[in-house]
Order: sequence, then structure tokens, then C-alpha cells
Amino acid sequence: MSNLLTFTPEGIYCAAGDFHIDPWLPVPLALITHGHADHSRLGMGAYMATTSAAPVMRHRLGEIKMDTVAYGDVTSINGVDVSFHPAGHVPGSAQIRVAHKGDVWVASGDYKTVDDGLSEPFEPVRCNAFITESTFGLPVFNWTPQDILADQINDWWARNAADGVFSLLSCYALGKAQRLLRAVDPSIAPILTHAAIENTNRIMRGQGIALPDTTLVTPDLDLKAHKGALVLATPSALNSTWARRFKPASSAFASGWMALRGVRRRRAADRGFIMSDHADWNGLNDAIKHTGAERIFVTHGYTSVFSRWLSEQGYDAKVVQTQFDDDAGEDGA
Amino acid sequence: MKNFAALFTALDQTTKTSLKVAAMAEYFRTASDADKLWCVALFSGRRPKRVITTKLLREWAAQKAGLPLWLFEECYPIVGDLAETINLFLPPAEEHKERSLSNWIKELKHLSTLDEEGRKSGILAAWNTLHRTERFLFIKLLTGGFRIGVSQKLMTRALAQATGQDEAVLTHKLMGNWTPDTTTWVDLIETDDPAADLSRPYPFYLAHGVENLDQLGPTSDWFIDRKWDGIRGQFILRQGEHHLWSRGEDLMTDRFPELAKLRDFLPDGTVIDGEILAFQDEKPMSFNALQKRIGRKTVPKKLLAQTPVILMAYDLLEIDGKDIRHETLEKRRNLLANILKNSPIEAPLRLSSEVIGTTWDDFAKERARSRDLHAEGLMLKRRDSPYRAGRRKGDWWKWKIDPLTVDAVMIYAQAGSGRRANLFTDFTFAVKNGNDLVPFTKAYSGLTDEEFRKITTWVKRNTLQRFGPVRSVSAEHVFEIAFEGIQASPRHKSGIALRFPRMLRWRHDKPMDEINTLDDLKDMLRTYG
Ligand SMILES: [Zn+2]
Ligand SMILES: [Zn+2]
Repeated sequence: MSNLLTFTPEGIYCAAGDFHIDPWLPVPLALITHGHADHSRLGMGAYMATTSAAPVMRHRLGEIKMDTVAYGDVTSINGVDVSFHPAGHVPGSAQIRVAHKGDVWVASGDYKTVDDGLSEPFEPVRCNAFITESTFGLPVFNWTPQDILADQINDWWARNAADGVFSLLSCYALGKAQRLLRAVDPSIAPILTHAAIENTNRIMRGQGIALPDTTLVTPDLDLKAHKGALVLATPSALNSTWARRFKPASSAFASGWMALRGVRRRRAADRGFIMSDHADWNGLNDAIKHTGAERIFVTHGYTSVFSRWLSEQGYDAKVVQTQFDDDAGEDGA
Repeated sequence: MKNFAALFTALDQTTKTSLKVAAMAEYFRTASDADKLWCVALFSGRRPKRVITTKLLREWAAQKAGLPLWLFEECYPIVGDLAETINLFLPPAEEHKERSLSNWIKELKHLSTLDEEGRKSGILAAWNTLHRTERFLFIKLLTGGFRIGVSQKLMTRALAQATGQDEAVLTHKLMGNWTPDTTTWVDLIETDDPAADLSRPYPFYLAHGVENLDQLGPTSDWFIDRKWDGIRGQFILRQGEHHLWSRGEDLMTDRFPELAKLRDFLPDGTVIDGEILAFQDEKPMSFNALQKRIGRKTVPKKLLAQTPVILMAYDLLEIDGKDIRHETLEKRRNLLANILKNSPIEAPLRLSSEVIGTTWDDFAKERARSRDLHAEGLMLKRRDSPYRAGRRKGDWWKWKIDPLTVDAVMIYAQAGSGRRANLFTDFTFAVKNGNDLVPFTKAYSGLTDEEFRKITTWVKRNTLQRFGPVRSVSAEHVFEIAFEGIQASPRHKSGIALRFPRMLRWRHDKPMDEINTLDDLKDMLRTYG
């Protein structure tokens, strides 16, 4: 069996086209699925990403050499056809399709199959071999529908606002924050943001993504005038002195991990909203089925359990060790 | 079940005590009497008996979900809670039928009378009619593992708010071995009938560890006696019947049959707070000796002869049937001494004698003798203090001896459960024996959340081998392990077992080759075992 893509110490590698996908060590040419820090790293000779992923990457990585492509456009690299297809994970996120002499591989990056109202919705891509993530690859993960989630968050915020209490909501700066902004009801009260989130907001507004008005939290901001506001903060900011200025406050996390009561309680936040930018159990299984692939490579998550499950379903499934498993801090979970 | 699930969610969704109490009080104002009674029972640890083995529940959950059992078993350690795993594993219910909490518990009792097939169809039907949170609670009841993150004290406070009764009165009412089957809401909570249950104990007064001796004032303000190393107990003699309660509100009367003799020596209407001690030749034996008696509901004659127990009396709470807890400690002790002065040597009862001294230094010297006397330290009690309820600061302090400690290296790690799922919190430690490492204890408390997070990251990156949920890690990190006692244990490879082991400090400063040896532990066993 041919291996169009292989797994090397640098990351996923295409020997025929001589390029890498989401590498974690410096290589000459890196195709990047999306801008999260565990996929998009510094030090590559040249980058290729989707047009909508590029602005955030440029902001984070600085001066880089980068080609951008539209979803679906086919580029030939050393005779290998590559194209980017929506992964539904965050704006600009892509599954990368690699085709050569009739063999078709797809590297999923991170993905989710439900429409989050922000990212370009996931599109299944037919292939022979599929490299899938498995962040939530256990049947105990089943996401709450987006409209119910929005109701839960708005309800929590509105009650707090009525009591003059700040709603301190922790989320990842890229993707989750903007998804939340589009899901909440901005008529409840003002929305304040941490700088890491506001930077990303500014870039996304710049690329034409509509977001409600937000106010950056600065030292001289009059907090009394913003009682009851929704405050979006990164997870690290929530536990820092930065967050202590908002008093009284109710705190919450928005993450797929909030599905587990133990994790929710350990965070010692008042609320946990089960909102993930990764596919849940059914999402993963559906996505894999729709690729039509026989060979499945499982990365990034509950790899051994999920690949055993896939093998029992008749797939030729293997675990691929990646460095994503490190606590790189940001993956939109 | 809907309003009980809402209560559970409200409790689960806040870390603020005042909101928890308000949510419970609201439930006690609005729920039916039968539901309220069960709620009080559940929140005070009176759980219904387990209806079915967890093995069968897991199998049925996997069948219902149409997924293999091994996949369930993989999920369980990650979720960390069996009922939650089952609940998340199952598909959503297809219909909904509202039944009250007490009604569901009735259903559980009915199920327990059926054969396995009957239980299975009953449980699957229940799973298919309950909403998510309701189903989680139902499974918790099924597995007999219902525990909630609310102390009995907070529940009692809520009950006080809802009923307008005094908190201490309610605490008293809730003690004893009632269950929802033996009483009603009206009898238990609303009826004022002090004679209803002669066995009813007073809430124990518990002391905090002393913080600052300098702030205690002159030693003459304090009555000081030993903190004996046994089991705290409350002995009750009323209308010719005697009862012995543990601090955890367990009735221990039958476990210590020799104390029945006290009925012949004590006047009726007496309640004594004391310590159960294994006692021989007018000296307490070590806690290890008493341990053989703990957990045995019936005691063989031989053991009774080998490890006889006595009640070491600390305090008198009731005399001639009258509650004297409001009197000063000094007065209560005088009355106690008076009752005990005529009791003969064969009575299994002694007065905990006052430790005499003038300066705090004198008492520090006395405290240093504790381990030799099989005591845990000293108790400092203000001479004019009443006997209070629960753990209070100010009038009583315990001045414990420092724990025994060894430096050991971590060799195995296991993820915690519940609040600590996804964190490595359960560790196995080893000492040196020549060139080998010998595991000798587990410990899972004593570190901060921040330290647990750090060690978790380290464990993930330094795993040598996995054995199910357990990982062996490279022997690198040294911890100071504190413990209260040590005893010989042929069941363990090291030959020893520790009492209350915990991590005192993460010794970043200590290299692996400076840890303690098995010989050090054996020395400790000879000295303190
Ligand atoms: Zn990722
Ligand atoms: Zn990501």
C-alpha cells in the first residue's frame, strides 16, 4: 500500500510533493490547516493557508512568506494536487486534500461537523486515507445543540445583568470567542473583552466577519458604568489578577470538557457551557463514514481507544503519535 | 424528580455557600413532605440500599447504547464517576414521565424485590423516561453511591431558614439512626418531642488545631488533658438502656459489648463524651490494637480478652436526665469526677486526668511525651467554656504532635475521580532498600491544585508503562510523606502499613538518592508500632 503522506519527527510529510502539513519543527514548506498555536508554528521557510486563515496567522507569526488559496482551488506542488476544504473548526480552518496518481489523502486538522454560525461549515471530502483528530473520540461526548447553548448562556448573562453582576466567560481567543459573540444577545448589556480576544476580533472584523460591538478592558475603563457586562477572557486571564477587578462576578467556561462534571468542578467556575469547536462522538463517526476512506489515521486525543473502535467497525485504523498531545494551551476544545 | 434535579443543578452550578443554602431552603419550602424527608435523608448520608450490581448496570448501559462494553470501561476512568459515565453513555430518553423523588425511590424498592430480568426491564424503562440530570440522580440512587457536595451543616442551615427552627435543635433532631422508612417529615422535623428517641446523642464539639499559643493568654485559663488516640464516642444511659455513638453518627453499641457493664456503675440519665481506648494494665494500648476491634460488628471472645476497651471520659453532657452543656467546663468536669469517683477498678471507665503545668513550656514538654503514652497530643479547653455543637474556634483547641515523616520517591500515578478526573492525584511512593525501590504507601492529598496540575503534566511526559489506569513513572520526584501511625502488615511487600498517609511537601530540593530506606521505616515500626 502506498503512503502518500507519512508521519515524521517534523510532522505530516508528503514525499512526492516535498511539503509538510502543520509541522512542529522548521521545514521549507508548511501547509497549515488553521491558525491555532498547536498547528501554526513559527520558523517555516514558506507557508500556505486559506485566504480567511491568513490574517490571524500573519498577526500571530509576524513577517512570514505565505501563499493563500481559496477553498476548493487546486494547487499543484511538484506534481501533487493539493486543495483546502472547510473544516468548520474556526474561521479559515481547512482539511487539506492531497492527491497523486489516483491516491487521495485528507488531513483533517481540527474539525467539527455542526454549523457554529461563524466558521465556513464543514464539507465532507471523499478520499482513500483520512487523518482524523480524536479530541473528543469517546461516546460520552455528545454536544448540546447551538440554539439551546445560546439560550443557556443568554439566560445566565441576563440574570447576572439584572443583579448587577459581571458575567465572566472564559474561552479561547481564536474562534470560540467570536462564536460566542455571534451567539449571545448583545441587547442584554455591554460586552467587554480581554486584549488577546479583542485583537482577534479586530482582525476578523477587518476580513468582513460581523461581530457585535465590544469594548476593550483598559485600566481606566469605568467599570461602574458597565455593571452586568459580559466579559470575555482567555482561560489564563480568568485566574489572574486581571479578572479580579470585576466584582461581583459569576464565572463560566465554554468548552467541550465542560461535559464532564469532574472537570467542571475542578475549574471552580460557577457555570460550564458545553461548547466545543471539535467534533463530538457522532460527529467524528459521521465525518469518517462520509469520506469513504478505508484507511484511517487517528491523531490528537483519545487515539488508541478511538482507533480500536474504528478497527472493530471494519476500518484499517492506526494511531499516529503527534506532538499536539502536549499541553500547547490552545486548540479550541 | 424535576424539582429535585433543579435543586441538584442549582447546587452544582454555584460555588457560593449562600446560594447553595438558598436553593435548598427553597426546596424545603416547596417540595412535598415525602420528597423533603428523602432529600434530608440523602443529604445526611442515609442512602437507599444498592439495587443492582454495578457490573450488570455497565452491561445494560452498553447494550442500550449499542456499544461494546470495553468502550464503556475506557470511558469510566476518564469521566471518573460511574453514574455519570452511564448517563453520558446512554442515548437520550425517548419519552418523559414526571414522577417525584420519593416515588422513584419507591420504584427502586419495588425493583429490589424482582428477579434479574424484572430489574433489568424496570431500569431500562426508567432510563428511557428520565431527562439527563434526573437520570444521573436516578443512577446515583441505583448504585447506592449518592453523595452530594453539600455538608450536613449547610443543609441544616437551609432547613432552619425554611422551617424557622433553631439550627442546633434541628441538628439534634437529625441525629440518630432514623431512615425515611421509620419516620415522617412531621415526626422528624415538625414535632417537638424530646422523649421520642432516648438514644439521641448531642452533636459533638470538635476542636480546630491550635494556631497561636501566644494568643491564648495565661495557662490558668485552660483545662488541659490528653488527646487520646482511640475513637471518640458519646456514651448515653437513659431509662436503663445504653447507646454508644461515634463522631460520624454511627451507633457502635454492639461493637463494644464490655461497655454494657457501665449500666451498673453510672446513674441513669447520664451522657459522657469520651474516647474508646484499648486498655490494659492501666495503660492505653496502641491504636493498632484498637483497629482490630473496629469494623467488627460481633466480637469473638478471644479478641475481647486480648484487647479490652474502656471509655476514657472527657466531659459530662447530661446528668439526671438534664442537659448541662451550657454549664462551664469546670463545673461539668467536677460533676463528672464526682460520678466516677466511686466506680470500681473493674468498671471499664476512667477519667481523663488533667495535665498539670504552669507555663506553656511545661505543656510543650508534656505534649512531647504524647507518642509514648499512645496519645495524639493535648487538648486545650477554656475552663469557662460551654459544650458547643460542631467544629468551632476559640474555646477548644487541639494541640497535636507533629506527624511522623519520611522522604520517599513517587513511582506510580493514577488519575483521580470526580472533581479531580483528568488530574493525576493518586500516587504510590517507595523507599530505598539497597539498590531496590520498595513501594510502601499510597497518598492522594496534601498538594495544592497548582502542584497537582504540574505533576500531571510531568506524569504525562514521563510515563514508563501503563497498567490500565495506573502509570509507572521514572523515580525522580521526592515527597515528604506524613503519617499518624505505623504498623506491621504482612499483606504489603514492605511489611508495613501507615495510618493517614499524605503528602506534606514536594521536596524539589531533595535528590532521589537521599530518600529514606526500608530500614528507617522498620526502626519507626519498632519505636511507634
Ligand atoms: Zn488542535
Ligand atoms: Zn484548533
